[in-house]
Amino acid sequence: MAAAPSKGERPFVSVQISVNGKPMVVEHGITVDGLLTLLNVKREYTAVAVNREVTRKADYGVVTLSEGDKVEIVRPMGGGAS
Amino acid sequence: MYDTNLVLGGKEFTSRLIVGTGKYASMDVMREAHEAAGAEIITVAVRRVSLPSGESILDYLDTKRYTLLPNTAGCYTADEAIRTCYLAREAGLGELVKLEVIGDQRTLFPDVEGLLEATKTLAREGFTVMPYTNDDPVMARKLQDAGAACVMPLGAPIGSGLGIRNPYNIKIILESVTVPVIVDAGVGTASDAAIAMELGCDGVLMNTAIAGAQDAVAMARAMKLAVEAGRLAYKAGRIGKKLYATASSPLEGLPDWTS
Repeated sequence: MAAAPSKGERPFVSVQISVNGKPMVVEHGITVDGLLTLLNVKREYTAVAVNREVTRKADYGVVTLSEGDKVEIVRPMGGGAS
Repeated sequence: MYDTNLVLGGKEFTSRLIVGTGKYASMDVMREAHEAAGAEIITVAVRRVSLPSGESILDYLDTKRYTLLPNTAGCYTADEAIRTCYLAREAGLGELVKLEVIGDQRTLFPDVEGLLEATKTLAREGFTVMPYTNDDPVMARKLQDAGAACVMPLGAPIGSGLGIRNPYNIKIILESVTVPVIVDAGVGTASDAAIAMELGCDGVLMNTAIAGAQDAVAMARAMKLAVEAGRLAYKAGRIGKKLYATASSPLEGLPDWTS
């Protein structure tokens, strides 16, 4: 975690998060919705978890990402069993 | 012959063969195999999207025609499996879930403690839980009591193709629970599926046996026929087994060939 900006300092303009296990630098204050748009991910049949908690689709526009957040973006894939 | 439908989570299905979406040579072969299997329920895994945004299996599945059954394949704890189900629900895949909590990488046998815990939680959260379990009648009853919509005992290890290794336990499971019993895993060829159905199982779930066959589409059709034949034979009521012969023709009226 980066230290919070002290009084008078400019706020962070970018934060490092992890998306599906890969590091990514994004704009400070980006929402889940913004991230999905940035990554050009289809919304249909897609789900997102931030720090292990599932983000509801209705909250995509309000949940913002902070330094060190772990984002998982999943979708159905081919598979039968384990 | 009149038959009832398979009921899961209040939804009725005429097909008793559930198929997977893994290991197919191509998406076209998969689509044709699903068609040939006459399946109504198709299971899918839930995985990270490939970035930059890649294609989805759902680009190749008619989601209006099939009921999708997200599975928790690859989950080794109740917590992982539960979170995967939440993700599946949020992704819009519904509340029917094939619950797997794997206990061992080599055999892919279920961790039944984790499975029971996850079944309890998910059933409470409104999911229609279809747990992949071992062929243990006691565990089957515990899963039913925990709120499982059906129980899915393995016939043999996942992907092994060894068939129904313990038909007697499957039979006892059928007597132990009132929820549907669906054999999940182990089927290798058509006769294995027929045996499961002849025992009285309510359905069979398979992936590798079809996807891995040299001609997946032909095998899918063979499985469809086997599941139907086995079901019909079960409903018809087979004859008892006897050690010695019983003549089918009357003994009266035989011509006399003695000189």
